[in-house]
Amino acid sequence: MENTTTSARERLVKSNKNKSNGELRGKMIVTLSAIIMITATVAITVFLATKGLQAFLVNGVSPIEFLTSTDWNPTDEGNPKFGAFPFIYGSLAVTLLSALIAAPIGIGAAIFMTEIAPAWGRKILQPVIELLVGIPSVVYGFIGLTVLVPFIRNQFDGIGYSLLAGTIVLSVMILPTITTIATDAMGTLPRNLREGSYALGATRWQTIRKVLVPAALPSLLTAIVLGMARAFGEALAVQMVIGNSRAIPSSILDTSATLTSIITLNMGYTTYGSVENNTLWSMGLILLIISFVFILIIRYLSSRRRI
Amino acid sequence: MQTTTANKSVFDVKDLNLWYGSFHALINLNFSMYKNEVTAIIGPSGCGKSTFVKTLNLMVNMIPNVHMSGEINYNDKNILNKKIDLVELRKQIGMIFQKGNPFPQSIYDNVAYGPRIHGIKKKKQLDEIVEESLKDVALWDEVKDRLQSAALGLSGGQQQRLCIARALATKPEVVLMDEPTSALDPISTLKIEELITKLKEKYTIVIVTHNMQQAARISDKTAFFLNGEVVEFSDTNQLFSNPSDKRTEDYITGRFG
Repeated sequence: MENTTTSARERLVKSNKNKSNGELRGKMIVTLSAIIMITATVAITVFLATKGLQAFLVNGVSPIEFLTSTDWNPTDEGNPKFGAFPFIYGSLAVTLLSALIAAPIGIGAAIFMTEIAPAWGRKILQPVIELLVGIPSVVYGFIGLTVLVPFIRNQFDGIGYSLLAGTIVLSVMILPTITTIATDAMGTLPRNLREGSYALGATRWQTIRKVLVPAALPSLLTAIVLGMARAFGEALAVQMVIGNSRAIPSSILDTSATLTSIITLNMGYTTYGSVENNTLWSMGLILLIISFVFILIIRYLSSRRRI
Repeated sequence: MQTTTANKSVFDVKDLNLWYGSFHALINLNFSMYKNEVTAIIGPSGCGKSTFVKTLNLMVNMIPNVHMSGEINYNDKNILNKKIDLVELRKQIGMIFQKGNPFPQSIYDNVAYGPRIHGIKKKKQLDEIVEESLKDVALWDEVKDRLQSAALGLSGGQQQRLCIARALATKPEVVLMDEPTSALDPISTLKIEELITKLKEKYTIVIVTHNMQQAARISDKTAFFLNGEVVEFSDTNQLFSNPSDKRTEDYITGRFG
Protein backbone atom coordinates (compact mmCIF):
# COMPACT_ATOMS: atom_id res chain seq x y z
CA MET A 1 0.00 0.00 0.00
CA GLU A 2 2.69 2.42 1.11
CA ASN A 3 4.56 1.90 -2.13
CA THR A 4 1.64 2.54 -4.44
CA THR A 5 0.65 5.74 -2.65
CA THR A 6 4.14 7.16 -2.78
CA SER A 7 4.49 6.24 -6.40
CA ALA A 8 1.16 7.82 -7.25
CA ARG A 9 2.29 10.95 -5.50
CA GLU A 10 5.61 10.84 -7.28
CA ARG A 11 3.89 10.34 -10.57
CA LEU A 12 1.47 13.23 -10.18
CA VAL A 13 3.33 15.86 -8.25
CA LYS A 14 7.02 15.29 -8.29
CA SER A 15 7.68 13.65 -11.62
CA ASN A 16 10.28 15.50 -13.62
CA LYS A 17 8.75 14.34 -16.83
CA ASN A 18 5.51 16.20 -16.23
CA LYS A 19 7.30 19.24 -14.98
CA SER A 20 9.38 19.59 -18.09
CA ASN A 21 6.38 18.94 -20.30
CA GLY A 22 3.60 21.18 -19.21
CA GLU A 23 3.78 22.28 -15.59
CA LEU A 24 6.61 24.72 -15.89
CA ARG A 25 5.48 26.18 -19.18
CA GLY A 26 1.96 26.69 -17.86
CA LYS A 27 3.27 28.28 -14.73
CA MET A 28 5.47 30.62 -16.75
CA ILE A 29 2.62 31.72 -19.00
CA VAL A 30 0.26 32.61 -16.18
CA THR A 31 3.00 34.23 -14.11
CA LEU A 32 3.97 36.34 -17.10
CA SER A 33 0.36 37.45 -17.55
CA ALA A 34 0.24 38.52 -13.93
CA ILE A 35 3.54 40.38 -14.22
CA ILE A 36 2.39 42.23 -17.35
CA MET A 37 -0.80 43.36 -15.63
CA ILE A 38 0.98 44.55 -12.53
CA THR A 39 3.67 46.32 -14.55
CA ALA A 40 1.09 48.10 -16.70
CA THR A 41 -0.83 49.33 -13.68
CA VAL A 42 2.26 50.47 -11.83
CA ALA A 43 3.67 52.13 -14.96
CA ILE A 44 0.47 54.07 -15.65
CA THR A 45 0.22 55.17 -12.04
CA VAL A 46 3.84 56.31 -11.89
CA PHE A 47 3.60 58.10 -15.24
CA LEU A 48 0.36 59.82 -14.27
CA ALA A 49 1.79 60.84 -10.92
CA THR A 50 4.92 62.38 -12.46
CA LYS A 51 2.98 64.17 -15.20
CA GLY A 52 0.23 65.22 -12.82
CA LEU A 53 2.64 66.71 -10.31
CA GLN A 54 4.62 68.66 -12.91
CA ALA A 55 2.13 71.52 -13.02
CA PHE A 56 2.77 72.07 -9.33
CA LEU A 57 6.48 71.23 -9.10
CA VAL A 58 7.78 72.61 -12.40
CA ASN A 59 5.27 75.21 -13.52
CA GLY A 60 4.60 76.53 -10.07
CA VAL A 61 0.82 76.27 -10.13
CA SER A 62 -0.40 76.38 -6.56
CA PRO A 63 -2.03 73.05 -5.61
CA ILE A 64 -4.36 74.89 -3.23
CA GLU A 65 -5.48 77.19 -6.03
CA PHE A 66 -5.89 74.20 -8.34
CA LEU A 67 -8.10 72.30 -5.90
CA THR A 68 -10.14 75.18 -4.50
CA SER A 69 -10.26 78.11 -6.93
CA THR A 70 -13.24 78.39 -9.21
CA ASP A 71 -11.37 80.45 -11.76
CA TRP A 72 -10.29 78.46 -14.81
CA ASN A 73 -8.64 80.52 -17.53
CA PRO A 74 -5.40 78.86 -18.61
CA THR A 75 -5.12 80.69 -21.93
CA ASP A 76 -4.95 84.20 -20.49
CA GLU A 77 -1.52 85.44 -21.66
CA GLY A 78 -0.74 87.73 -18.77
CA ASN A 79 -2.47 86.06 -15.87
CA PRO A 80 -3.53 82.44 -16.47
CA LYS A 81 -5.82 80.94 -13.84
CA PHE A 82 -5.84 77.24 -12.94
CA GLY A 83 -8.77 76.64 -10.60
CA ALA A 84 -10.18 73.17 -11.27
CA PHE A 85 -12.70 73.11 -8.45
CA PRO A 86 -15.78 73.53 -10.71
CA PHE A 87 -14.80 70.39 -12.61
CA ILE A 88 -14.10 68.36 -9.48
CA TYR A 89 -17.45 69.55 -8.17
CA GLY A 90 -19.17 68.73 -11.46
CA SER A 91 -17.67 65.24 -11.55
CA LEU A 92 -18.72 64.46 -8.00
CA ALA A 93 -22.17 66.02 -8.44
CA VAL A 94 -22.99 64.12 -11.61
CA THR A 95 -21.67 60.88 -10.03
CA LEU A 96 -23.67 61.18 -6.83
CA LEU A 97 -26.85 62.25 -8.60
CA SER A 98 -26.71 59.44 -11.12
CA ALA A 99 -26.07 56.92 -8.32
CA LEU A 100 -29.08 58.37 -6.52
CA ILE A 101 -31.25 57.60 -9.53
CA ALA A 102 -29.68 54.32 -10.63
CA ALA A 103 -29.24 52.65 -7.21
CA PRO A 104 -32.92 52.25 -6.31
CA ILE A 105 -33.84 51.20 -9.85
CA GLY A 106 -30.94 48.75 -10.14
CA ILE A 107 -31.51 47.18 -6.73
CA GLY A 108 -35.25 47.08 -7.37
CA ALA A 109 -34.68 45.24 -10.64
CA ALA A 110 -32.31 42.86 -8.88
CA ILE A 111 -34.92 42.05 -6.24
CA PHE A 112 -37.51 41.56 -8.97
CA MET A 113 -35.23 39.10 -10.72
CA THR A 114 -34.21 37.08 -7.67
CA GLU A 115 -37.27 37.22 -5.44
CA ILE A 116 -40.41 38.11 -7.35
CA ALA A 117 -40.07 36.45 -10.73
CA PRO A 118 -36.92 34.35 -10.76
CA ALA A 119 -38.18 32.19 -13.60
CA TRP A 120 -39.07 34.67 -16.31
CA GLY A 121 -37.79 37.92 -14.80
CA ARG A 122 -34.22 36.88 -15.36
CA LYS A 123 -34.97 35.63 -18.84
CA ILE A 124 -36.18 39.06 -19.92
CA LEU A 125 -33.98 41.33 -17.85
CA GLN A 126 -30.70 39.53 -18.45
CA PRO A 127 -30.60 40.27 -22.23
CA VAL A 128 -31.81 43.82 -21.53
CA ILE A 129 -28.89 44.39 -19.18
CA GLU A 130 -26.39 42.88 -21.59
CA LEU A 131 -27.73 45.12 -24.33
CA LEU A 132 -27.36 48.20 -22.12
CA VAL A 133 -23.75 47.25 -21.44
CA GLY A 134 -23.09 46.74 -25.14
CA ILE A 135 -24.28 50.16 -26.30
CA PRO A 136 -21.18 52.35 -26.84
CA SER A 137 -20.99 55.49 -24.75
CA VAL A 138 -20.94 57.74 -27.81
CA VAL A 139 -24.38 56.39 -28.72
CA TYR A 140 -25.68 57.17 -25.24
CA GLY A 141 -24.31 60.68 -25.65
CA PHE A 142 -25.82 61.02 -29.10
CA ILE A 143 -29.25 59.93 -27.90
CA GLY A 144 -28.95 62.27 -24.94
CA LEU A 145 -28.03 65.10 -27.26
CA THR A 146 -30.86 64.40 -29.68
CA VAL A 147 -33.67 63.48 -27.31
CA LEU A 148 -32.87 64.54 -23.78
CA VAL A 149 -31.37 67.98 -24.32
CA PRO A 150 -34.29 69.32 -26.46
CA PHE A 151 -36.75 67.73 -24.02
CA ILE A 152 -35.20 69.50 -21.03
CA ARG A 153 -35.01 72.73 -23.05
CA ASN A 154 -38.74 72.53 -23.77
CA GLN A 155 -39.78 71.53 -20.28
CA PHE A 156 -37.73 74.06 -18.35
CA ASP A 157 -36.08 77.37 -19.11
CA GLY A 158 -32.51 77.20 -20.24
CA ILE A 159 -30.54 75.64 -23.03
CA GLY A 160 -31.11 72.00 -22.22
CA TYR A 161 -27.42 71.15 -21.84
CA SER A 162 -27.28 70.60 -18.11
CA LEU A 163 -26.19 68.69 -15.08
CA LEU A 164 -29.60 67.00 -15.27
CA ALA A 165 -29.00 65.73 -18.80
CA GLY A 166 -25.59 64.36 -17.79
CA THR A 167 -27.07 62.74 -14.70
CA ILE A 168 -29.83 60.98 -16.64
CA VAL A 169 -27.48 59.70 -19.35
CA LEU A 170 -25.04 58.44 -16.74
CA SER A 171 -27.67 56.78 -14.60
CA VAL A 172 -28.82 54.73 -17.58
CA MET A 173 -25.21 53.84 -18.29
CA ILE A 174 -24.46 52.62 -14.77
CA LEU A 175 -27.74 50.76 -14.33
CA PRO A 176 -26.39 47.48 -15.73
CA THR A 177 -23.37 47.57 -13.41
CA ILE A 178 -25.49 48.10 -10.33
CA THR A 179 -28.19 45.64 -11.40
CA THR A 180 -25.77 42.85 -12.25
CA ILE A 181 -23.80 43.03 -9.03
CA ALA A 182 -26.92 43.52 -6.92
CA THR A 183 -28.51 40.48 -8.58
CA ASP A 184 -25.47 38.37 -7.77
CA ALA A 185 -25.54 39.65 -4.21
CA MET A 186 -29.20 38.75 -3.73
CA GLY A 187 -28.88 35.47 -5.62
CA THR A 188 -26.02 34.15 -3.51
CA LEU A 189 -27.86 34.63 -0.22
CA PRO A 190 -28.38 31.18 1.29
CA ARG A 191 -31.79 29.63 0.66
CA ASN A 192 -32.22 28.87 4.32
CA LEU A 193 -32.46 32.58 5.18
CA ARG A 194 -35.61 32.82 3.08
CA GLU A 195 -36.96 29.56 4.50
CA GLY A 196 -36.26 30.71 8.04
CA SER A 197 -38.19 33.90 7.51
CA TYR A 198 -41.15 32.37 5.66
CA ALA A 199 -41.42 29.62 8.28
CA LEU A 200 -41.98 32.31 10.92
CA GLY A 201 -44.97 33.57 9.00
CA ALA A 202 -43.25 36.48 7.28
CA THR A 203 -44.64 37.69 3.98
CA ARG A 204 -42.44 37.98 0.93
CA TRP A 205 -42.06 41.72 1.32
CA GLN A 206 -41.17 41.42 5.00
CA THR A 207 -38.60 38.76 4.12
CA ILE A 208 -37.04 40.97 1.45
CA ARG A 209 -37.02 44.12 3.53
CA LYS A 210 -36.04 42.79 6.93
CA VAL A 211 -33.85 39.78 6.18
CA LEU A 212 -32.56 39.65 2.61
CA VAL A 213 -31.68 43.28 1.90
CA PRO A 214 -29.94 43.80 5.26
CA ALA A 215 -28.02 40.53 4.76
CA ALA A 216 -26.90 41.61 1.29
CA LEU A 217 -26.27 45.23 2.26
CA PRO A 218 -22.45 45.31 2.03
CA SER A 219 -22.61 43.74 -1.44
CA LEU A 220 -25.40 46.09 -2.51
CA LEU A 221 -23.30 49.07 -1.42
CA THR A 222 -20.40 47.63 -3.38
CA ALA A 223 -22.67 47.54 -6.42
CA ILE A 224 -23.50 51.22 -5.95
CA VAL A 225 -19.88 52.25 -5.46
CA LEU A 226 -18.81 50.33 -8.57
CA GLY A 227 -21.56 52.11 -10.48
CA MET A 228 -20.30 55.42 -9.14
CA ALA A 229 -16.76 54.57 -10.18
CA ARG A 230 -18.02 53.94 -13.69
CA ALA A 231 -20.00 57.21 -13.74
CA PHE A 232 -17.02 59.12 -12.41
CA GLY A 233 -14.74 57.90 -15.17
CA GLU A 234 -17.17 58.27 -18.07
CA ALA A 235 -16.16 61.10 -20.40
CA LEU A 236 -17.65 61.07 -23.85
CA ALA A 237 -21.38 60.76 -23.21
CA VAL A 238 -21.28 63.31 -20.40
CA GLN A 239 -19.28 65.78 -22.41
CA MET A 240 -21.90 65.69 -25.16
CA VAL A 241 -24.81 66.73 -22.95
CA ILE A 242 -23.49 68.58 -19.92
CA GLY A 243 -22.68 71.89 -21.60
CA ASN A 244 -19.05 72.19 -20.47
CA SER A 245 -19.15 75.54 -18.71
CA ARG A 246 -16.52 76.73 -16.28
CA ALA A 247 -18.83 77.85 -13.53
CA ILE A 248 -20.16 75.87 -10.63
CA PRO A 249 -23.79 74.97 -11.44
CA SER A 250 -26.29 76.53 -9.07
CA SER A 251 -29.07 74.11 -10.03
CA ILE A 252 -29.34 70.82 -11.86
CA LEU A 253 -30.63 72.71 -14.90
CA ASP A 254 -27.39 74.68 -15.20
CA THR A 255 -24.58 73.69 -17.47
CA SER A 256 -21.53 72.18 -15.86
CA ALA A 257 -18.34 70.31 -16.67
CA THR A 258 -16.51 67.31 -15.31
CA LEU A 259 -12.81 66.47 -15.00
CA THR A 260 -13.15 63.94 -17.79
CA SER A 261 -15.04 66.22 -20.16
CA ILE A 262 -12.47 69.00 -19.71
CA ILE A 263 -9.62 66.58 -20.40
CA THR A 264 -11.19 65.21 -23.59
CA LEU A 265 -12.18 68.67 -24.79
CA ASN A 266 -8.84 70.36 -24.22
CA MET A 267 -6.19 67.75 -24.77
CA GLY A 268 -6.20 68.35 -28.52
CA TYR A 269 -5.65 72.08 -28.20
CA THR A 270 -2.75 72.12 -25.80
CA THR A 271 0.90 71.51 -26.55
CA TYR A 272 2.62 68.69 -24.76
CA GLY A 273 4.64 70.07 -21.88
CA SER A 274 2.77 73.38 -21.62
CA VAL A 275 1.34 74.48 -18.31
CA GLU A 276 -2.22 73.93 -19.48
CA ASN A 277 -1.39 70.45 -20.73
CA ASN A 278 0.23 69.67 -17.41
CA THR A 279 -2.83 70.80 -15.48
CA LEU A 280 -4.92 68.40 -17.57
CA TRP A 281 -2.60 65.65 -16.35
CA SER A 282 -3.19 66.87 -12.83
CA MET A 283 -6.92 66.39 -13.38
CA GLY A 284 -6.15 62.88 -14.59
CA LEU A 285 -4.25 62.29 -11.37
CA ILE A 286 -7.22 63.49 -9.35
CA LEU A 287 -9.44 61.08 -11.27
CA LEU A 288 -7.05 58.27 -10.42
CA ILE A 289 -6.91 59.21 -6.75
CA ILE A 290 -10.67 59.43 -6.40
CA SER A 291 -11.09 56.10 -8.23
CA PHE A 292 -8.60 54.68 -5.78
CA VAL A 293 -10.80 55.93 -2.95
CA PHE A 294 -13.76 54.15 -4.55
CA ILE A 295 -11.72 50.94 -4.63
CA LEU A 296 -10.78 51.35 -0.98
CA ILE A 297 -14.44 51.78 -0.09
CA ILE A 298 -15.32 48.62 -2.02
CA ARG A 299 -12.59 46.64 -0.27
CA TYR A 300 -13.77 47.89 3.08
CA LEU A 301 -17.35 46.87 2.26
CA SER A 302 -16.31 43.41 1.06
CA SER A 303 -14.49 42.78 4.29
CA ARG A 304 -17.70 43.53 6.14
CA ARG A 305 -19.71 41.00 4.16
CA ARG A 306 -21.31 38.81 6.71
CA ILE A 307 -22.47 35.86 4.64
CA MET B 1 -48.77 -0.67 24.92
CA GLN B 2 -52.01 0.92 23.90
CA THR B 3 -51.97 4.23 22.12
CA THR B 4 -53.03 6.79 24.66
CA THR B 5 -56.22 8.47 23.61
CA ALA B 6 -56.34 10.99 26.41
CA ASN B 7 -54.56 13.57 24.31
CA LYS B 8 -56.29 15.58 21.68
CA SER B 9 -55.00 15.21 18.15
CA VAL B 10 -53.39 18.33 16.67
CA PHE B 11 -52.84 17.02 13.18
CA ASP B 12 -55.08 14.51 11.45
CA VAL B 13 -53.62 13.47 8.13
CA LYS B 14 -56.13 11.81 5.81
CA ASP B 15 -55.28 10.22 2.46
CA LEU B 16 -52.47 12.68 1.88
CA ASN B 17 -50.79 12.36 -1.50
CA LEU B 18 -48.09 14.61 -2.86
CA TRP B 19 -46.44 14.79 -6.26
CA TYR B 20 -43.33 16.61 -7.41
CA GLY B 21 -44.28 16.98 -11.05
CA SER B 22 -45.05 13.37 -11.95
CA PHE B 23 -43.10 11.86 -9.05
CA HIS B 24 -45.40 10.48 -6.40
CA ALA B 25 -43.49 11.45 -3.27
CA LEU B 26 -46.07 10.84 -0.54
CA ILE B 27 -48.62 8.06 -0.91
CA ASN B 28 -51.90 7.78 1.00
CA LEU B 29 -50.68 8.92 4.40
CA ASN B 30 -53.10 8.42 7.28
CA PHE B 31 -52.08 9.16 10.84
CA SER B 32 -52.41 11.69 13.64
CA MET B 33 -50.11 13.69 15.85
CA TYR B 34 -51.18 14.42 19.40
CA LYS B 35 -50.98 17.41 21.67
CA ASN B 36 -47.94 17.67 23.94
CA GLU B 37 -46.33 14.63 22.42
CA VAL B 38 -43.18 14.16 20.41
CA THR B 39 -43.85 12.39 17.14
CA ALA B 40 -40.75 11.11 15.39
CA ILE B 41 -40.59 10.50 11.67
CA ILE B 42 -37.92 7.98 10.72
CA GLY B 43 -36.92 6.31 7.49
CA PRO B 44 -34.11 6.07 4.96
CA SER B 45 -33.01 9.02 2.82
CA GLY B 46 -35.45 10.00 0.12
CA CYS B 47 -38.43 8.31 1.75
CA GLY B 48 -40.37 11.57 1.95
CA LYS B 49 -40.03 12.35 5.65
CA SER B 50 -38.69 15.89 5.12
CA THR B 51 -41.31 16.50 2.45
CA PHE B 52 -44.00 15.34 4.85
CA VAL B 53 -42.96 17.62 7.69
CA LYS B 54 -42.87 20.54 5.25
CA THR B 55 -46.48 19.90 4.27
CA LEU B 56 -47.58 20.55 7.87
CA ASN B 57 -46.77 24.27 7.62
CA LEU B 58 -47.14 24.34 3.84
CA MET B 59 -43.48 25.25 3.32
CA VAL B 60 -43.71 22.64 0.62
CA ASN B 61 -45.60 25.21 -1.46
CA MET B 62 -42.33 27.06 -2.01
CA ILE B 63 -41.13 24.21 -4.21
CA PRO B 64 -42.29 24.57 -7.80
CA ASN B 65 -44.51 21.87 -9.38
CA VAL B 66 -45.84 20.45 -6.16
CA HIS B 67 -49.43 19.35 -5.90
CA MET B 68 -51.27 17.59 -3.15
CA SER B 69 -54.54 15.78 -2.51
CA GLY B 70 -56.20 14.61 0.68
CA GLU B 71 -56.53 16.43 3.97
CA ILE B 72 -54.24 17.74 6.67
CA ASN B 73 -56.51 18.76 9.50
CA TYR B 74 -54.82 21.09 11.92
CA ASN B 75 -57.11 21.52 14.93
CA ASP B 76 -59.94 20.20 12.78
CA LYS B 77 -59.32 22.66 10.00
CA ASN B 78 -58.04 21.43 6.65
CA ILE B 79 -54.93 23.46 5.82
CA LEU B 80 -54.91 22.23 2.23
CA ASN B 81 -57.94 24.41 1.77
CA LYS B 82 -56.92 27.27 -0.51
CA LYS B 83 -58.30 29.93 1.83
CA ILE B 84 -55.90 29.14 4.67
CA ASP B 85 -54.06 32.13 6.15
CA LEU B 86 -50.39 31.17 5.73
CA VAL B 87 -49.13 33.92 8.03
CA GLU B 88 -51.38 32.80 10.88
CA LEU B 89 -50.64 29.11 10.20
CA ARG B 90 -46.88 29.56 10.32
CA LYS B 91 -47.14 31.72 13.39
CA GLN B 92 -48.80 28.78 15.13
CA ILE B 93 -46.54 26.12 13.62
CA GLY B 94 -42.86 26.89 14.05
CA MET B 95 -40.16 25.12 12.12
CA ILE B 96 -36.53 24.24 12.81
CA PHE B 97 -34.26 23.32 9.92
CA GLN B 98 -31.39 20.89 9.47
CA LYS B 99 -28.75 23.52 9.85
CA GLY B 100 -29.19 26.46 12.19
CA ASN B 101 -30.13 29.41 10.03
CA PRO B 102 -29.96 32.53 12.16
CA PHE B 103 -30.31 35.79 10.26
CA PRO B 104 -27.10 37.83 10.02
CA GLN B 105 -28.36 40.17 12.72
CA SER B 106 -27.97 40.43 16.46
CA ILE B 107 -29.12 37.68 18.81
CA TYR B 108 -31.88 39.95 20.08
CA ASP B 109 -33.15 40.86 16.60
CA ASN B 110 -33.24 37.20 15.62
CA VAL B 111 -35.54 36.24 18.46
CA ALA B 112 -37.59 39.43 18.14
CA TYR B 113 -38.05 38.92 14.39
CA GLY B 114 -41.20 36.79 14.64
CA PRO B 115 -43.03 38.97 17.19
CA ARG B 116 -42.06 42.09 15.25
CA ILE B 117 -43.43 40.92 11.93
CA HIS B 118 -46.61 39.90 13.71
CA GLY B 119 -47.04 43.44 14.92
CA ILE B 120 -45.50 43.66 18.39
CA LYS B 121 -43.65 46.97 18.65
CA LYS B 122 -43.34 47.76 22.35
CA LYS B 123 -39.75 47.45 23.53
CA LYS B 124 -40.75 46.15 26.95
CA GLN B 125 -42.97 43.43 25.54
CA LEU B 126 -40.28 42.39 23.04
CA ASP B 127 -37.67 42.28 25.82
CA GLU B 128 -39.90 39.93 27.80
CA ILE B 129 -40.54 37.66 24.84
CA VAL B 130 -36.83 37.50 23.97
CA GLU B 131 -35.85 36.67 27.54
CA GLU B 132 -38.57 34.07 27.94
CA SER B 133 -37.78 32.39 24.61
CA LEU B 134 -34.06 32.28 25.29
CA LYS B 135 -34.73 30.85 28.74
CA ASP B 136 -36.97 28.19 27.19
CA VAL B 137 -34.02 26.94 25.15
CA ALA B 138 -31.50 27.32 28.01
CA LEU B 139 -29.53 29.90 26.09
CA TRP B 140 -30.32 32.94 28.23
CA ASP B 141 -27.45 32.54 30.68
CA GLU B 142 -24.96 32.08 27.85
CA VAL B 143 -25.98 35.15 25.87
CA LYS B 144 -27.74 37.57 28.21
CA ASP B 145 -24.71 39.87 28.32
CA ARG B 146 -24.30 40.02 24.56
CA LEU B 147 -27.78 40.18 23.13
CA GLN B 148 -26.69 42.83 20.67
CA SER B 149 -23.77 40.86 19.25
CA ALA B 150 -23.98 38.94 16.01
CA ALA B 151 -25.93 35.69 16.05
CA LEU B 152 -23.50 34.17 13.55
CA GLY B 153 -20.77 34.42 16.18
CA LEU B 154 -22.45 31.69 18.22
CA SER B 155 -21.39 28.04 18.03
CA GLY B 156 -23.36 25.61 15.85
CA GLY B 157 -25.29 24.19 18.79
CA GLN B 158 -26.05 27.65 20.16
CA GLN B 159 -27.20 28.79 16.72
CA GLN B 160 -29.63 25.89 16.51
CA ARG B 161 -30.99 26.64 19.97
CA LEU B 162 -31.29 30.30 18.97
CA CYS B 163 -33.37 29.21 15.98
CA ILE B 164 -35.62 27.21 18.31
CA ALA B 165 -35.95 30.30 20.52
CA ARG B 166 -36.79 32.33 17.42
CA ALA B 167 -39.55 29.86 16.55
CA LEU B 168 -40.88 29.84 20.13
CA ALA B 169 -41.03 33.63 20.21
CA THR B 170 -44.15 33.66 18.03
CA LYS B 171 -45.89 31.51 20.69
CA PRO B 172 -46.57 28.54 18.43
CA GLU B 173 -48.59 25.51 19.32
CA VAL B 174 -46.52 23.07 17.27
CA VAL B 175 -42.80 22.96 16.54
CA LEU B 176 -41.68 21.03 13.47
CA MET B 177 -38.06 19.92 13.40
CA ASP B 178 -36.37 18.70 10.26
CA GLU B 179 -33.30 16.75 11.40
CA PRO B 180 -32.37 19.48 13.87
CA THR B 181 -29.24 17.77 15.15
CA SER B 182 -27.80 16.29 11.98
CA ALA B 183 -25.15 19.03 11.73
CA LEU B 184 -24.28 19.08 15.42
CA ASP B 185 -21.70 17.42 17.65
CA PRO B 186 -22.84 14.82 20.25
CA ILE B 187 -22.87 17.25 23.18
CA SER B 188 -24.91 19.87 21.36
CA THR B 189 -27.19 17.08 20.17
CA LEU B 190 -27.71 15.94 23.74
CA LYS B 191 -28.64 19.48 24.77
CA ILE B 192 -31.21 19.77 21.99
CA GLU B 193 -32.66 16.38 22.92
CA GLU B 194 -33.02 17.41 26.56
CA LEU B 195 -34.63 20.58 25.33
CA ILE B 196 -37.14 18.70 23.21
CA THR B 197 -38.17 16.55 26.15
CA LYS B 198 -38.73 19.71 28.17
CA LEU B 199 -40.49 21.59 25.38
CA LYS B 200 -43.18 18.97 24.91
CA GLU B 201 -44.78 20.10 28.16
CA LYS B 202 -45.78 23.28 26.37
CA TYR B 203 -45.64 22.39 22.70
CA THR B 204 -46.47 19.61 20.29
CA ILE B 205 -43.38 18.44 18.46
CA VAL B 206 -42.91 16.64 15.17
CA ILE B 207 -39.31 15.68 14.53
CA VAL B 208 -37.73 14.14 11.47
CA THR B 209 -34.61 12.23 12.33
CA HIS B 210 -32.07 10.00 10.68
CA ASN B 211 -30.99 8.77 14.03
CA MET B 212 -33.12 5.89 15.30
CA GLN B 213 -31.63 6.04 18.79
CA GLN B 214 -32.68 9.66 18.92
CA ALA B 215 -36.24 8.75 17.96
CA ALA B 216 -36.25 6.01 20.60
CA ARG B 217 -34.87 8.37 23.26
CA ILE B 218 -37.12 11.35 22.84
CA SER B 219 -40.34 10.49 21.03
CA ASP B 220 -43.70 9.23 22.23
CA LYS B 221 -44.85 7.99 18.85
CA THR B 222 -42.92 7.05 15.78
CA ALA B 223 -43.89 6.84 12.13
CA PHE B 224 -41.69 4.76 9.87
CA PHE B 225 -41.63 6.07 6.31
CA LEU B 226 -40.50 4.04 3.32
CA ASN B 227 -40.72 5.14 -0.31
CA GLY B 228 -43.34 7.76 0.46
CA GLU B 229 -45.59 5.49 2.51
CA VAL B 230 -46.10 5.11 6.23
CA VAL B 231 -45.19 1.50 6.88
CA GLU B 232 -45.87 1.62 10.57
CA PHE B 233 -47.09 4.18 13.06
CA SER B 234 -47.34 3.38 16.75
CA ASP B 235 -46.02 4.09 20.21
CA THR B 236 -42.27 4.47 20.04
CA ASN B 237 -41.65 1.69 22.57
CA GLN B 238 -43.76 -0.71 20.65
CA LEU B 239 -42.30 0.20 17.27
CA PHE B 240 -38.76 -0.36 18.43
CA SER B 241 -39.31 -3.39 20.66
CA ASN B 242 -42.01 -5.21 18.80
CA PRO B 243 -42.50 -3.90 15.27
CA SER B 244 -45.49 -5.36 13.52
CA ASP B 245 -44.13 -5.01 9.99
CA LYS B 246 -41.20 -7.01 8.66
CA ARG B 247 -39.77 -3.94 6.85
CA THR B 248 -39.77 -1.90 10.06
CA GLU B 249 -37.90 -4.66 11.80
CA ASP B 250 -35.37 -4.84 8.98
CA TYR B 251 -34.82 -1.09 9.11
CA ILE B 252 -34.49 -0.67 12.86
CA THR B 253 -32.16 -3.64 13.12
CA GLY B 254 -29.97 -2.08 10.49
CA ARG B 255 -30.52 -4.48 7.63
CA PHE B 256 -30.95 -1.59 5.22
CA GLY B 257 -31.22 2.18 5.22
